[in-house]
Amino acid sequence: MSINLTLLIVMGALYACGIYLVLERSLTRVLLGLMLLANSTNLLILATGGYAGLAPLYSKDTAAGDYSDPLPQALILTSIVISFAVTAFMLGIIYRTWVLARRDEIQDDVEDLRVAETPSFDAEDDAEVPAETSEFPLTMLGADGHSVSNHRVSSDGGTHDGAAGHATSNDGAAGTTLLAGGREIAAEQAASEEKPGSTNVAPGPEGDGK
Amino acid sequence: MNLASLAPLAVVLPILGAALTFMLIRHSRAQRAVSIALLSLTLLLECLLLASVWDGGTFAVTLGGWLPPWGIVLVVDQFSSLMLVVSSAVSLAVLVYATGQGMADGDQDAPVSIFHPTYLILVAGVSNAFLSGDLFNLYVGFEILLTASYVLMTLGGTGPRIRAGVTYVVVSVVSSVLFLISIAMVYGATGTITMADLAIKLGELDQGTRTLLHVMLLVAFGIKAAVFPLSFWLPDSYPTAPAPVTAVFAGLLTKVGVYAMVRTETLLFPGDSLNTPLMVAALLTMVVGILGALAQSDIKRLLSFTLVSHIGYMVFGLAMSSVAGLGAAVFYVVHHITIQTSLFLVTGLIERRGGSSSVDRLGGLAKLSPLLALLFFVPAMNLAGIPPFSGFLGKVGLMQAGVELGTPLAYVLVIGGVLTSLLTLLAVARVWNRAFWRRPSDAEHPDPVLLATPAARATGPGAKANTVTLLPRTMVGSTIGLVVLGIGLTVFAGPLFMVSDQAAHDMLDRSSYIQAVLGEDTVVPMVLTAGGGK
Repeated sequence: MSINLTLLIVMGALYACGIYLVLERSLTRVLLGLMLLANSTNLLILATGGYAGLAPLYSKDTAAGDYSDPLPQALILTSIVISFAVTAFMLGIIYRTWVLARRDEIQDDVEDLRVAETPSFDAEDDAEVPAETSEFPLTMLGADGHSVSNHRVSSDGGTHDGAAGHATSNDGAAGTTLLAGGREIAAEQAASEEKPGSTNVAPGPEGDGK
Repeated sequence: MNLASLAPLAVVLPILGAALTFMLIRHSRAQRAVSIALLSLTLLLECLLLASVWDGGTFAVTLGGWLPPWGIVLVVDQFSSLMLVVSSAVSLAVLVYATGQGMADGDQDAPVSIFHPTYLILVAGVSNAFLSGDLFNLYVGFEILLTASYVLMTLGGTGPRIRAGVTYVVVSVVSSVLFLISIAMVYGATGTITMADLAIKLGELDQGTRTLLHVMLLVAFGIKAAVFPLSFWLPDSYPTAPAPVTAVFAGLLTKVGVYAMVRTETLLFPGDSLNTPLMVAALLTMVVGILGALAQSDIKRLLSFTLVSHIGYMVFGLAMSSVAGLGAAVFYVVHHITIQTSLFLVTGLIERRGGSSSVDRLGGLAKLSPLLALLFFVPAMNLAGIPPFSGFLGKVGLMQAGVELGTPLAYVLVIGGVLTSLLTLLAVARVWNRAFWRRPSDAEHPDPVLLATPAARATGPGAKANTVTLLPRTMVGSTIGLVVLGIGLTVFAGPLFMVSDQAAHDMLDRSSYIQAVLGEDTVVPMVLTAGGGK
């Protein structure tokens, strides 16, 4: 059995490029990487079939050993169809990511980050009620039934902010300040002052808390 | 004609149902009726299959007129038919739950009508993977169920789901590529991909090649089964999907990976010396998974971590490769599919009733809805392994097998298993104390729904109607059905343990499987290592 060296070298190069691209953070490159991986695997399956023989058609004179192995080709056909479907689906997802976030990037898990940033104190045992510093304040009731929200809007028009976290609702917020942690800060920066472990930020409709 | 020759229908019926529901995409009522009817029919058929192999025996169905080892075979034995019945029962319950949710919320949106066809395709893929007697057909089964799961995971296309979907799709595709590479290498080394034929021919290879193939297959299946170093994708991606989808994923998808691992270990590579690494992986899966669960405040994420953790028990049973250990693992898989799915369904109900699935926002649910509390309490205690539930019985079986094996590592795993069980109890008790037991006003950020209820509940005819929409009867009914099934596993644990032990015996013996596929007069090579051939 002879081995087609060119095919093997091409396969190795495709695997190398594919793995490199899959490790990127840009989604389009990841997709390209997956496509390369799938295609190099197809070459690998082809290589397992041995050398290229005659077409596996019925003819009385051909010896059985001269046919090329049809099974790997059937397997490749199936795997091409599958990777085609997955590629189409990935393209759909990438487009959707772009529509939603305007970013062609793999995004972090918000909940994961929150758990990672949470200090070891237990919020239930910690008696101090966290200050309300969210950009979109939410009046809450504590255990005694009193409002615990300590935000103070110093300019008029401060009630414009609804529950929706659209970026457009920032309009007109300039000059609005909040009292947080004993000092006054601009409303725009209040969200970033949020203490780790406090879950006062109401997640936006897309859950990114921005 | 043998009843087992109807086995292909377990795959064909759901695919037929998918086609029909796809045509009925504009008639949601007909769509619901068709999918539930066809899935019930499939379940009935699979119960008949299980009944036909209940006392032992293996049947192979040859497809397409090509005889094995060339053609594709479907194999029905005790393990595969048991898995088929449990998976179909669970997916039927989840389907009823999902239609109940759809009816309550009045789904007229286009993306949701795609749910039924996709769901049935997923069931077909799972059935195909369980029945397959051919490595490539197993790959196709995996791909069918994975592609359907991509669609279900990103249903509706909202931001968090797309974000979680990307991780899930990329990890799944990479694991599938690894699986395909392993198949190519197995074919290159042996010239066959029929599992029964491989069981003979792999034994003739030299040790190095065989170990390489073994490790590659295990890594590919380990990603799908979420075994520890390869499990990080799971808690990231599962919780964002809709409640019924998460429930069916948690119940079935990882278990298909476990099933494939069991087949690889017992049929293809018996007596190989990878049991020690598998045991270490099982220990780490159990402990690291449950420690992750303790850090979570969201019930869905917490349950995803317990899911990862309890995969470790199954791998532990598998790695012992004794009849007692493998039998307990088979029992544990059946138990865990049912319990984990019912817990996720209850979490969906909690989310509807309490407005959130975060324990920081929940409280007082036991007073608000005692039925919901009961539905959570029973499977939660079952998961933690409190006697007399099936979780306890499965764990006792595993511990006994571990002590029987008697190696130091086995004792370490027994201790790790008990510790994991205790930590699971801690995790679910935390959820219970916070979400059900304390006053709503004691929660850090109580959900307005919970605070408003005392006034709304006091009087008024509107209050009762409100409760009905929050907890639709179909959703509660199917959840009750699954919880009762879980209790049924406890009541009928004796016969079930008998069947799973016999299935384990047949799998370790191999001759019944190989002779069913390749003919009665096939000589089955003996397994040389002491642990395997008993």
